[in-house]
Amino acid sequence: MSELYKLTAIEVSEKIRSGDLSAEEYLYSILERIKHVEGEIHAFVTVVEENALETAREIDRKVKRGEDLGSLAGVVVAVKDNICTRGIRTTCSSRMLENFVPPYDATVIERLKAADAIIIGKTNMDEFAMGSTTETSYFGVTRNPWNLNKVPGGSSGGSAAAVIAEETTVALGSDTGGSIRCPASYCSVVGLKPTYGLVSRYGLISYANSLEQIGPLTRSVEDCALLLSVISGHDSRDSTSVDLPAKDYLKNLDDMRDIKIGLPHEFFGEGVEDDVKDAVLKAIGKLEDLGASCLEISLPMMKYALAAYYIIAMSEASSNLARYDGLRYGYRDENARGSFDEVFSKNRREGFGAEVRRRIILGTYALSAGYFEQYYIKALKIRTLIRRDFEKALKDVDVIVGPTMPLLPFNIGEKIDDPLKLYMCDILTVPANLTGCPAISIPCGFKNGLPVGMQIIGRPFDEDTILKVAYAFEQSTDYHKLRPSI
Amino acid sequence: MSKDRRVSVEEVRHIAKLAHIKLTREEEVLFTEQFNRILEYFSIIGEVDTESVPASYHVLDLVNVYREDKIQESLRDEEALKNAPEREGRFFKSPRIV
Repeated sequence: MSELYKLTAIEVSEKIRSGDLSAEEYLYSILERIKHVEGEIHAFVTVVEENALETAREIDRKVKRGEDLGSLAGVVVAVKDNICTRGIRTTCSSRMLENFVPPYDATVIERLKAADAIIIGKTNMDEFAMGSTTETSYFGVTRNPWNLNKVPGGSSGGSAAAVIAEETTVALGSDTGGSIRCPASYCSVVGLKPTYGLVSRYGLISYANSLEQIGPLTRSVEDCALLLSVISGHDSRDSTSVDLPAKDYLKNLDDMRDIKIGLPHEFFGEGVEDDVKDAVLKAIGKLEDLGASCLEISLPMMKYALAAYYIIAMSEASSNLARYDGLRYGYRDENARGSFDEVFSKNRREGFGAEVRRRIILGTYALSAGYFEQYYIKALKIRTLIRRDFEKALKDVDVIVGPTMPLLPFNIGEKIDDPLKLYMCDILTVPANLTGCPAISIPCGFKNGLPVGMQIIGRPFDEDTILKVAYAFEQSTDYHKLRPSI
Repeated sequence: MSKDRRVSVEEVRHIAKLAHIKLTREEEVLFTEQFNRILEYFSIIGEVDTESVPASYHVLDLVNVYREDKIQESLRDEEALKNAPEREGRFFKSPRIV
């Protein structure tokens, strides 16, 4: 059997559209690959082999009939398990939603289907997307394909691991404070958090609604641009979706002229490992060779970003997760008796894991009388100041570049008992969520066999520019071609 | 316990009750200790002068997005009830309220 599972989305869709490859044959190659590596990686919560095969055969029939095919013809997509899929259980990696089968598709899923993509399954994640390691999943950890003792990053750890382990062509994740970019960095894939409002959140199970976006995880920048072109665009079912014309992000990849890069010293300061700094600075040198000019900048409010982010995210979580009471759907303790108060409190205690409970309770605290101004409102004001920092910086430069993660991938179990230590890992990713700016993480080096990711942050709705810079770097390096030996 | 303790076990128990999450005794103690460390870190934002700064509830310029008040297709009863742990006829069955 040839190694068809190694193909990129661009290659797969071209071969299937031209009749060189059948969708079914390609899918069998992926299914074989999953059987071979999934036992070690555990990237998936659910694999829907039968559904996927049906879709593949339907695509092949369309080819035979000479019908037009969508831009993702036969491309296999792994979907993070917090994005609703009609008829396929959607768990958020939580006991609370262990048996929840959505009666509708998220908008991004409708768009994937319309583009003739094949959904292969639902990927593991930190419970309700709360974490940076995929260790808080009710269904067990996902392992980093580069080193099985290391975390894959999170919360979209299953999506990133599945992509680099070649168990899928591409994947979708969601990013609230770095949940696409962190695992992209730790697994050496391309991961994009789009501008807030670019991709519909309809059908994304809400954690912190003013911060999160759905985005692609892929093995190449081209695939990222292709997937973004399919999932982005206005949706009247999400009132925060922005009404802009649809765009083909593949069109302008090739032209990185006169790009000005801002290097904030806050991204290279205390808390960032030297190994990470060295790899990213070397990568920036490469960008300069390619014609970019660099400017040192300062984002003084960065110091307060992490605290402001966590206060806002937890506050929104306490409100968004109030809906889980085990009444209309979700976990219910069959033996719970008593008033609704007691029954709900018991369902929520048993249905949510420790980190989710922690964030809901802290969020409730930050929103409660007496603390509302001190924590929540104060954090929203800091958010304004951080936005001003970024707006000002992005007037002088086209993109801001730095590391994605301050640390190399660490051991499973190493930090899980210390919530604050884990929160600190998000220090470089949360600003893009607070400001709404688009940001991408791309492979930029290795240290001790572990990947390093470079983060490129752009102006709101200027995904084109960050993709251009990412593409130029990728095309002149080989990091994106390396695969773990599994 | 340190003097700048921000939250007590009693307070954590009270807030958990407001959040409808029942905690065990051990968890109340553990969470209280963790919350104090986390809130201590959060307090860093107190040093910024935000006197005349507006709050950013969200990052878009969108204000009140409306649609026509027309009836649209929505989920059928059966679909909406499909995930309910307990139901009676066309209704979700809830614990006793009064």
